[in-house]
Amino acid sequence: MEELKIKTMADMMAAGETPEVLFWVGCAGSFDDRAKKITKAFARLLTQAEVSFAVLGTEESCTGDPAKRAGNEFLFQMQAVTNIEVMNAYEVKKVVTTCPHCFNTLKNEYPALGGNYEVMHHTTFLKQLLEEGRLKIEGGAFKGKRITFHDPCYLGRANKIFEAPRELIQKLDAELVEMKSCKTRGLCCGAGGAQMFKEPEKGNKDVNIERTEQALETQPEIIAAACPFCNTMMTDGVKNKEKEGAIKVMDVAELLDGIEDL
Amino acid sequence: MEYLPNVIFVLVLAGAIGLFAKNVGKLRRNIFLGQKVDRSDQKSERWKMMGLVALGQTKMVVRPIAGFLHIIVYLGFIIINIEVLEIVLDGILGTHRLFAFLGGVYDFLIGSFEILAFLVVVSVVVFWLRRNSLKLARFVKPEMKGWPKNDANLILYIEVVLMGLFLTMNAADYQLQQMGSEHYVEAGSFPISSFIAQGLAGWSESSLILLERACWWLHIIGILSFLNYLYYSKHLHIILAFPNTWYAKLQPAGEINNLESVTQEVKMMMDPSADPFAAPAEDSGADVDDPGTFGAKDVQDLNWVQLMNAYTCTECGRCTSECPANQTGKLLSPRKIMMDTRDRLEEVGKVLDANKGEWKDDGKNLLDDYITREELWACTTCNACTQACPIGIDPLSIIVDMRRYLVMEESAAPNDLNVMMGNVENNGAPWPFNQMDRLNWANES
Repeated sequence: MEELKIKTMADMMAAGETPEVLFWVGCAGSFDDRAKKITKAFARLLTQAEVSFAVLGTEESCTGDPAKRAGNEFLFQMQAVTNIEVMNAYEVKKVVTTCPHCFNTLKNEYPALGGNYEVMHHTTFLKQLLEEGRLKIEGGAFKGKRITFHDPCYLGRANKIFEAPRELIQKLDAELVEMKSCKTRGLCCGAGGAQMFKEPEKGNKDVNIERTEQALETQPEIIAAACPFCNTMMTDGVKNKEKEGAIKVMDVAELLDGIEDL
Repeated sequence: MEYLPNVIFVLVLAGAIGLFAKNVGKLRRNIFLGQKVDRSDQKSERWKMMGLVALGQTKMVVRPIAGFLHIIVYLGFIIINIEVLEIVLDGILGTHRLFAFLGGVYDFLIGSFEILAFLVVVSVVVFWLRRNSLKLARFVKPEMKGWPKNDANLILYIEVVLMGLFLTMNAADYQLQQMGSEHYVEAGSFPISSFIAQGLAGWSESSLILLERACWWLHIIGILSFLNYLYYSKHLHIILAFPNTWYAKLQPAGEINNLESVTQEVKMMMDPSADPFAAPAEDSGADVDDPGTFGAKDVQDLNWVQLMNAYTCTECGRCTSECPANQTGKLLSPRKIMMDTRDRLEEVGKVLDANKGEWKDDGKNLLDDYITREELWACTTCNACTQACPIGIDPLSIIVDMRRYLVMEESAAPNDLNVMMGNVENNGAPWPFNQMDRLNWANES
């Protein structure tokens, strides 16, 4: 596979260039081994579509989403103000991210603090690239495969984006099957609201197990996700059910990227 | 003596309305114990929201059976109120069937009221069965024991009784009309009560008049009592659903408000020219000096829309049945968050009543005395509850405000979260990775 050439905003600025879009990688996309694969898949797709993009690299910092949802508004706003200063210094206009939590925070909670950007989730961005003919889907590695899509809360209910990821899956000629709770009534994977970083409260089941059971009811070959945290939760759920041999949990970007790999 | 019934009626009516006005005053006072929040923007959007969600019931029908039955009862309530207007005017003026001059239209109206009244009874019976025989999960959760359960059933009984009185009154009236009884003009059509009237065959004119009058009085007194029952009941939603949807949050569900008081502090921290030891400017108002509490410990720390939400909640439990935490056996129930908020607010109101409107600390709080920390920390902020609510209630905002209090005023986050926040603060990521390694992925194969 061709080596990825990732430019930072600093590289671009030094070369006197302005990228079309800033790829906000996020903490999971930067550090989590599973999520890094999603980051790379999306970066490959951007490269393939000849999108001029850059990342902030070491100048990027947590958006503050988990701190805010844990109740630490101070820490959130400190993070936000710092990130906004960096992005405004680079005169960022458009941001794309593979993480719905970063997406929601950047899009909805940064403007009032002085960060006004056009923020897109990568599924919407990819759909646009396909529609504009900049990205082409060839071959059909996923043709006829049963794929169920898990709606990330912060993409779906929180920002009413339900169709973009589904349209991408359908473009693969795959068989999209819906879980009993989907779209506006989609069940959370259990990671949101900073739950990702703590032990769950006492109950009779973990949320990700409940959601995985709903996914397994559709007898999928692939569980598609569009959030690195959902991906982790669903992957753990599939492992818990000892189905990891038969069922893969993949990001929509990986599905699109996988066509040429497979 | 001729005007005695009119006088009694006017006294009863005035008493009932006066009592209701007093309760509305108390309701307003309690709601405005909350913090200020400006929701007067985007008026056309707000009217649209109220039209669709409250008037149009669009979110009720997400659950088709309950939604359909609710629409029948709702339409019944609204349309039959036209008849209540006639009854009130008859009562004041001492007339009988004042609107009879409408002729064919009147026949149509009375006929429609009767059919609706019958459908309401059928719906209410189904509601009762769902609650008490089928015992649908959301109706038998722990927070539904005691008063909430009795309240729900009481409303159903009252509705059946009111509809029964209305139909019996019409049946007696119909019989009297057939007899050509003086004072009972031939007016209206009686598609339902004519069946009840068959059971009244052979009754004397005076017994029928007694029955008709008794039903008439009991019906209107029942309605006026029900009006005054609202304040103590979840049934308050029939009024508050309208302002509640009008003032509902219009931003994307995922957007959690940025605390302005925090923004001020953060700006000061980031401003290199700010003097950290500066005393506040002398001419600044009192509320500038006092940043207030961060987050919510008690109901007064919440904003008035959140408090109105609490009074509006109908305890239907759609939020709780969609909640991932509740579905997996955790203690959290978004409905309970709303019910606790209302109960505590009522308690605060009683303290105010007992002390001539002055607040005396009663040593209790919404936090811990009503809502436990375990409930608050179980939330995934997924917005399933706000999506599910048929009238735009936002339990999530209360949960977040209470978490804010725990974290910013008490530093009482679960330890795992303190570790996460420490990482964000020091490394710019929730995990202990170095910010300088953020781009390493680009060079890994």
